This record gives sequence, structure tokens and C-alpha cells, in this order.
Amino acid sequence: MKIAVCVSHVPDTATKINIAATGNEIDQTGVTYIINPYDEFAVEEALRTKEKEGGDTQVVVISVGNDANKETIRKALAMGVDSGILLKTENKMDSFGIAKALSEEIKSQGCELVFMGKQSVDFDNQIIPQMTSALLDYSCVSVVVEFKLEGQNITCEREIEGGKEVVSTKLPCIISAQKGLNEPRYASLKGIMAAKKKTIEEKPAVETENQTEIIGLKKPPAKAHGRILGTDSSAVPELVRLLREEAKVI
Amino acid sequence: MANTILAILEQREGKLKKSSFETASVAAKIAKNLNLTVVVVAIGNDISNLEEVSNYGVSNVTHFKNNVLSNYSSSAYTKIITEYAKEISADYLITANTSFGKDLAPRVGIKLNAGCLVDCVKLDVQNNEVIATRPIYAGKALMETKLNSNIKLFTIRPNVFKPEENKVEYNLTTKNVDNPDTSTIVSEFKKAEGKLDVAEADIIVSGGRGLKSAEEFKLIEELADALGAAVGASRAVVDAGWRPHREQVGQTGKTVSPSLYVACGISGAIQHLAGMSSSKYIVAINKDKDAPIFGVADYGINGDVFEILPKLTEAIKLLD
Ligand SMILES: Cc1cc2nc3c(=O)[nH]c(=O)nc-3n(C[C@H](O)[C@H](O)[C@H](O)COP(=O)(O)OP(=O)(O)OC[C@H]3O[C@@H](n4cnc5c(N)ncnc54)[C@H](O)[C@@H]3O)c2cc1C
Repeated sequence: MKIAVCVSHVPDTATKINIAATGNEIDQTGVTYIINPYDEFAVEEALRTKEKEGGDTQVVVISVGNDANKETIRKALAMGVDSGILLKTENKMDSFGIAKALSEEIKSQGCELVFMGKQSVDFDNQIIPQMTSALLDYSCVSVVVEFKLEGQNITCEREIEGGKEVVSTKLPCIISAQKGLNEPRYASLKGIMAAKKKTIEEKPAVETENQTEIIGLKKPPAKAHGRILGTDSSAVPELVRLLREEAKVI
Repeated sequence: MANTILAILEQREGKLKKSSFETASVAAKIAKNLNLTVVVVAIGNDISNLEEVSNYGVSNVTHFKNNVLSNYSSSAYTKIITEYAKEISADYLITANTSFGKDLAPRVGIKLNAGCLVDCVKLDVQNNEVIATRPIYAGKALMETKLNSNIKLFTIRPNVFKPEENKVEYNLTTKNVDNPDTSTIVSEFKKAEGKLDVAEADIIVSGGRGLKSAEEFKLIEELADALGAAVGASRAVVDAGWRPHREQVGQTGKTVSPSLYVACGISGAIQHLAGMSSSKYIVAINKDKDAPIFGVADYGINGDVFEILPKLTEAIKLLD
């Protein structure tokens, strides 16, 4: 079996986001990029599945973007993924475009099981796994915290409001990973060295017209500075009064 | 014939969720501005409060019924909604950005060749177009955006749009579904022990590393109980194993916008702020006067949680 894991290259979560002068993208000054945190769970689950399935099971990591994404692909390779593919584009693709490019590659690689992070922490859409599955006519379970594969049958638990849904489905399937699915491994020194030798195959991403158009970005309105009501519980009555009479929330 | 907007409702255990009324109300509003007809659709078995949707300005309700569909099935639901949207030539679709809506909407979008804008916190009509505002980078920025596809699909963040009451006539059409495609289906719902989920709560009391231990979290639970609130947590506390992941608020936890968020012993790291700074009112209790959480708080007490929380809980219990 060949397993695909799709990864995105996103600004570090500690980054302060500023708007570029053009008004429709972020200012890249000082922004460092990392592998999307949720994708680490996806990589780990792909590797665990490979280890469990054994035989000639292979894992391929796929990323859509430019040369910078190679760093994130290497990170997955260092964790133990067998090979990497960069679907190259200099265009700003929307989720639909990325799903389209990924689906074409997954099809040509013949991968029947695909792992992705549940969302990229840049645009936070949480839609690419489901879109890709719909394009491929694969099944898909999103926000998964437990995954079990037996033959063709898949049983998952997915996190929803107030609990978990147990979902059953079959291969071919796309799983979107949520925190809690596993504890991602650290890349070993050996893994990091080995990753340097692995080649990343590059090919142009299939380009599609974007369905969405960005009109502009802005910073959320700054909050007026709050009031410090005191330094101990003597401030409690005033706090309760304000919550009741001014904020009217209790 | 006027164009159509299809509003997709969500039921759980045979009852419409509150977010469905928000969906209906927003659909009615967009319909008025763009001169559209609204059709509302729900899938499930019996839905006890379906008629209530007509309190929010929508009349035409279609209920796709089959007892196996009381549980969510992405395969069956996608097919039913897609076919129905085609049948009524829907130009717009809208649903709530809940776990259900997030899972379903992008699939329907692809099948209809409709663009999707998800997690919208504002939808404005300008020059006959819908302009959406949605948070990106976990709320560190807001994006104004629109769709260029012929069919347009939007999901709205729960708890942001207030449903506007407007009682109208109720016309229900029930359609029985034969042989739904349940190749992917929920077989069981495992309820979490906690009472309320942070993603759905109107008030959240969150605790951080300042609480010192899992045991001391009872101070948070007691205040939450007194307020009828959900318990939330910082990642530090989740990573320490004091609280389950589902309670984590922040960039790699849940994004919440309750009317009141009480942060206790939480420093306010950028990743935490990203998940909660859109709350309507924020209270911070922290002994470090320079903690970044005070930068987003409306009201703060710069003191010790162990001294303040019991007194606050007591004072809340005394309210009527
Ligand atoms: C990729 C990534 C993703 C992340 N995602 C998230 C996320 O989703 N959510 C999240 O929360 N964090 C997230 N973080 C972690 C974040 O950076 C912080 O480490 C974390 O939020 C800190 O939690 P805390 O405020 O509980 O702890 P600390 O930062 O240790 O703060 C404890 C606070 O308690 C106060 N305190 C101590 N004792 C008392 C007392 N007796 N009375 C009153 N106050 C007291 C202290 O003054 C301090 O301000 C992420 C980090 C990374 C790298």
C-alpha cells in the first residue's frame, strides 16, 4: 500500500501578524515558517500505519507551494517518511486550488490512504481534506483523534462539540488529524541525516482558477485597555457589579 | 423566478441546534437583501423542534427523513444536499461552522462546483454581492473576501450572529429517503463527561498553569458551575495532563467567542489569545501585573487565584 501525507508550510504560531502595504497579504518581514502543527499528527499516523501494515508499505509526503516548502517536506522525511513531492507553484492558490492539485497527485500516485492535518493554521479553513476527498470520490473522516485500519475497514473517532463520534468507513479514505490522535515522534539525528539524502521530486502543480477573491486584510479592532479593579478579593464585589450592570453578561 | 438560498440545518439527537436558528436568520436576511427565496433543509429522523425555525423568518422547510439518518453520515448527507440543491437550483448555500457544517460544506461545495467561504463572522451585501469577513491566523487578522463561482456557499461561526425573531408561516415538506448511501456513518456518539463544551458555551471559565495542579482546578469547576459556564484550559495545563484536550482554547485548541471569558492563572501567550480574544467580555485574574492577558481583558484583578476564586464563586452564588 502507498500512503500519502499532505503537509503545509505555515507561519510559526508565535509570529505577530502584520498586514503588508498591498493590504491583501501579510507582511513577511521577520516571519518564520514551520510545518503546520496538525500535520505532524498526520505524519506520525502515516508512519505508525506503515509500521503496522509492514510489507512494502510506503509513505510519500506531498506539499503544494514554492521552494520554501522543502524545509517542511524535509521535516517529514526526517521523521521517517520515504519520499517527498513538491507540487510547485508561485501563485497564491485558494483551498480549492490546493485540493485540486493534491487530488491529481494522489490519484497519479495511486494512494488509497491519505493523512492531512485537520486545518492549516494560516487561513484556518479546515476544508482541504474534505474537498480533496470529494474530488477523488474517496471517503473522508475529519478531526480524527483515533484511527484503526483493518483490511479495507476503517473505524475512527472524531472530535465534535460535547464528545466524540465513532465513524466507520472504508478505503480509499482521507483522514484529517486532530491533536490527541498520537504523540508525534522527534526526528532522530539518523533520520535528519537520511532526509538530507532523499530527493524531493518537483513538478508543477495543476493550476486551477481560484474560486475565492481576497478583497483585503485588516487587524482586528484593538481592545480598549481594560481596568484593573484591585489586587485581591476585595475587588470581587465591583467585578460582579460591572459584569452584571455594565457588561450585562451574568 | 427569483434566485434561491438553501439553508442547511443541523439536528443532534432529534433536536435542531441553536446554531441552526442563526443559519435560518442569516439566510432570511441575505434573501431580503438579494431578493432570494429561502429554502431550509434538515436531514434526520424525527426532529422535535423543527417548526421553531419558522420563528426566524423562514417558511419553506424540507425534511429528508430516514431513521438511519438520525446519525450524521457524510456520504448520505452530501448526496442528499447536493441533489436537492440541484433540484431547486440553489444559487447560495449557508450553514453553521460547527463540526457538522465544517465537515459537510466543503464536500457539497465540490460536488456543486460552488466556492466555499467558511467560518464567516460577518456577511454584508454590497452591489448585489455577498462580502464575507473571516478571521485568519487564528484571529490575528481579518480577511474580507468574496466568491467568484456561480454557486456560493458560506458557513457562519456559531454564537456570532444573533438570530432575529420574525414568526412566519411554516410549510413543511417531508421526503422519505430510500437506501441512503451510508458507506461513511456515525455508529455511536460518546458524550464527554463535562457538562458543556467550550465551543458552544456562552460563558467560559478557563484555568492555566497558575492553578498549580489538577486538584486545584476544582476552583475553576466551582466557579464554572456557579455561572453555568464551560471549563476551558490553556495548553500548558492540557500538556501537563491536568485537563483533556477538548477543553484547550487557543490556536491549536478551540477558537471561542463567548459573551464572557474568565481567564484565571493564564499568562496570555499569543497562541492562547488567538483562540479567545474575540470574546465579548474578558476577565483576567493573574498575579503578574505585566501578564499579556491584561492587554485584552475588560476587567482584571491583579492578584492570587487561590484567594480570589473562592470569593468570586461565593459572590456569584448569592446572585439571583
Ligand atoms: C505550536 C504551538 C501551539 C500552541 N497552541 C496553544 C493553544 O492552542 N492554547 C494555549 O493556551 N497555548 C498554546 N501554546 C502554548 C503557549 O505558548 C503557552 O505556553 C501557554 O498558553 C501557557 O499556558 P499558561 O498561561 O497556563 O501558563 P504560563 O504561561 O506558565 O502562565 C501561568 C500564569 O499564571 C500566573 N499565576 C501563577 N500563579 C498564580 C496565582 N497563584 N494566582 C494568579 N496567577 C498566577 C502567572 O503569573 C502566569 O501569568 C502553543 C504553543 C505552540 C508552540
